[in-house]
Amino acid sequence: MTICRVGDRQPVDAAAAGPLLSVSGLQAFHGPVRVLHGIDLTVGRGGITALLGANGAGKTTTLRAICGMVRKVGAVVFDGRPIDTLATEDIARLGIAHVPQGRGTFERLSVEENLRLGAASRSDRRAIVSDLERVYDLFPRLAERRGQQAGTLSGGEQQMLALGRSLMLGPRLLLLDEPSFGLAPMIVEELFATLAVLNRQHGLAMLLVEQNASLALEFADEAVVIETGRLVASGPAREIARETSVRRAYLGY
Amino acid sequence: MELLTLQILAGVATGAIYACMALAIVMIYQAIDHLNFAQGEMATFSTFVAWQLLQWGTPYWMAFAATVALSFAGGVAIERALFRPMRDAPVLAHIVLFIALFAILNSLTGFIWDFTIRSFPSPFGTGSLAGNGLVSAHSAGMVGVTGAMLAMLYLFFRHTRLGLAMRAAAANPDSARLVGIRVDRMIALGWGMAAAVGAVAGMMIAPVVFLEPNMMLAILVYGFAGAVLGGLTSPFGAVAGGFAVGVIENLAGSFIPYIGQELRLTIALGVIVAVLMVRPSGLFGVSVTTRV
Amino acid sequence: MVRKELTAPMSQTVSGADQAMPPSWQRWSVALLVIAASVLPFAVAPFVLFQVTVALTYAIAILGLNLLTGFNGQFSLGHSTFYAIGAYTAAILIGSGSIDYYWTIPIAGAVCFAFGFLFGLPALRLDGIYLALATFALAIATPQILKLTPVEPWTGGVQGLVVERPAPPSWVPLDADQWLYFVTAATGLLLAWTAINLVDSRSGRAMIAIRDHPIAARAMGINVALYKTLAFGTSALYAGIGGALSAMTVQFVAPDSFTFVLAIGLFVGMVVGGVGSVWGALPGGLFLLFVPNMAETVSKGLAGAVYGVILILVIYLMPSGVAGMVRLAARKLVAMRRSHGNG
Repeated sequence: MTICRVGDRQPVDAAAAGPLLSVSGLQAFHGPVRVLHGIDLTVGRGGITALLGANGAGKTTTLRAICGMVRKVGAVVFDGRPIDTLATEDIARLGIAHVPQGRGTFERLSVEENLRLGAASRSDRRAIVSDLERVYDLFPRLAERRGQQAGTLSGGEQQMLALGRSLMLGPRLLLLDEPSFGLAPMIVEELFATLAVLNRQHGLAMLLVEQNASLALEFADEAVVIETGRLVASGPAREIARETSVRRAYLGY
Repeated sequence: MELLTLQILAGVATGAIYACMALAIVMIYQAIDHLNFAQGEMATFSTFVAWQLLQWGTPYWMAFAATVALSFAGGVAIERALFRPMRDAPVLAHIVLFIALFAILNSLTGFIWDFTIRSFPSPFGTGSLAGNGLVSAHSAGMVGVTGAMLAMLYLFFRHTRLGLAMRAAAANPDSARLVGIRVDRMIALGWGMAAAVGAVAGMMIAPVVFLEPNMMLAILVYGFAGAVLGGLTSPFGAVAGGFAVGVIENLAGSFIPYIGQELRLTIALGVIVAVLMVRPSGLFGVSVTTRV
Repeated sequence: MVRKELTAPMSQTVSGADQAMPPSWQRWSVALLVIAASVLPFAVAPFVLFQVTVALTYAIAILGLNLLTGFNGQFSLGHSTFYAIGAYTAAILIGSGSIDYYWTIPIAGAVCFAFGFLFGLPALRLDGIYLALATFALAIATPQILKLTPVEPWTGGVQGLVVERPAPPSWVPLDADQWLYFVTAATGLLLAWTAINLVDSRSGRAMIAIRDHPIAARAMGINVALYKTLAFGTSALYAGIGGALSAMTVQFVAPDSFTFVLAIGLFVGMVVGGVGSVWGALPGGLFLLFVPNMAETVSKGLAGAVYGVILILVIYLMPSGVAGMVRLAARKLVAMRRSHGNG
């Protein structure tokens, strides 16, 4: 699958210097109120970083801030290039695909229209068509429901649709906001298996926000824990998983 | 029965006017998620521009094309200058902006061209359709033009990437941005297209109702009625709704006592409201069930 | 379609009075306002006083509209109808000579409440744009219905009705204009006070909950249908009282005084004054009366364009209306005082 777009964005060698995404000193604001107080995190090339914390800790806000959807202060660097002044759509065009909380499906449009919209900023017609077929291969249930109105899909199917749409962008980095939310355990397993394939076989880097911390820590390489907008722990996922005090205090288990 | 048929045909003829207007209204609603109250005034202004070009000796179809192009540019300019800076203002404030635009255009039109009633030529001539005496050539032409516009818009929105992007930008701007769609440009484009469609509507309507600055006042209301009746989400519904309003208005005027000219509009609106009671999203509208 | 907030994000308290403004400031502003209002009739020419009185009647109607749209989220472009019903009720009752002038005010209010409540029932099925269009249809229909031949004996048809102005009681040393001004101002004050109490009460919070989260409100056990129709009725009551007072002030009612232009004007007045603000109705009413006149003096031919430009400037500078701006200014002043270490 062509995860990376041909042309100006060549697949980058994992040995190249520097993380794919680097965030430092990120503060974010809802109106006059500051809700993030200086978050640092990185996502390695082809790596998976989990962003964890209780409800309301600021995980979604962090993702939204990275994508330029809330007012923010701080440095965000993607593949060596600062993106903190860019508009959301320009950030997407650089290859960052954000699957938001609630999936952000275009409910009145069909499944196929939703997927095609993922490629809205691309111009390579042939590659788009073949990518579409590959998304259908990856998610056969979507293929069955091509013409159906997206709002009528089940939760699991909508999540697949959202993921499929993000893949149509040809991204290098995937931002996932609570992909397991509201899904049955079996579906979640399927979903994460697919994500694993995308990461291990195709080198797609991911920043994963999850409330289901144990699942995320098994899956990710690095982990960052935040609490009411502040960083409380960060490091390799395995270590965070072993750190009982952190788990008990912030992750609920 | 003959009277009924005649009235229905007359209704279809006036309905074509409303259908044209309703199409422009739904178009901009699809693009920007707002009802543009100044749509009629924009169309009137465009038609006056066309008239002026004709006065200066421009051949009809050149004036037509130039007016459409200028209206497109004008729509984009209005969006950029007036509505873009106010993007974050509350919804009700936006509506006041539309009202302001209405007042400015209406006043400007009267100021530049004064209030004398003028005639506006029809490209279809003044005869009747195939000489049958029942339907005028212009009415038939108007129906044809409306149908053609509808077809083009349908193809554009359903089968082109740009049309899909525009629909997405209007439906869910945040999600649209996340897939790289430049929502601002889509909105400006939507305004331009709506202004262009409005200009065509104006140039089709003016030969029938005669050109004057207040020409579109009643028609705008009928156009809204038709758009709402058909369902604001469906261009086809808007056109169908426009025709329906024309027929209803004519039939009500002919067959219900006490209705003179004054109450026709009320009756038409009353029927619309009644329909909305039964089908709140219009006849052809799609109601979206939101999962709570 | 993404559901948008009807109003700007507002501070959390519910009435126009605000947590940004300390209570002492609020009391001072009200006191100043009352003093200014009491002195006004003796400081200005009779014609200006007449205009201000009419502006006050608009403000009362705008207050009603705000209750419905600003606090309850139901979109009405048809309040000129209730204003008209109130005006005609008063005109007809005064003309019949059988009722004391002042009773016509509450009667007009009650009649309009009934009409508003009845209209609110079918309005339950409509939402947002559709409700706006239905109410707009009502506004357009009103002058036409008033002109209908069958009701001419009561409404006076196209020519309308002349209304005798109430005379002040003999023990009051004011002339008719001034007396009417005070009656209107007092009524407005009373209605504003009622509105504030209504909005801060349980019913008021229910109304607001319905505006912001209708589904959650229903799930909490709020009888949404009842509150919405009551809101309609109350809002119509206010507009009707405004209309009745205007009939007495202008001394004349005619169908063409109550066209959809008035309906739009009331709506604009609400937004300019501040949606969801009780005190905003006052600048809203003044705007509605004075600005179109100002526009005409600037340029007869381009009056509409001048009005439109003024509207744009107002919205641009004060997107949340006058009330919003006052709130913002108060917040800044309070913050400044705090940062200087004052109490």
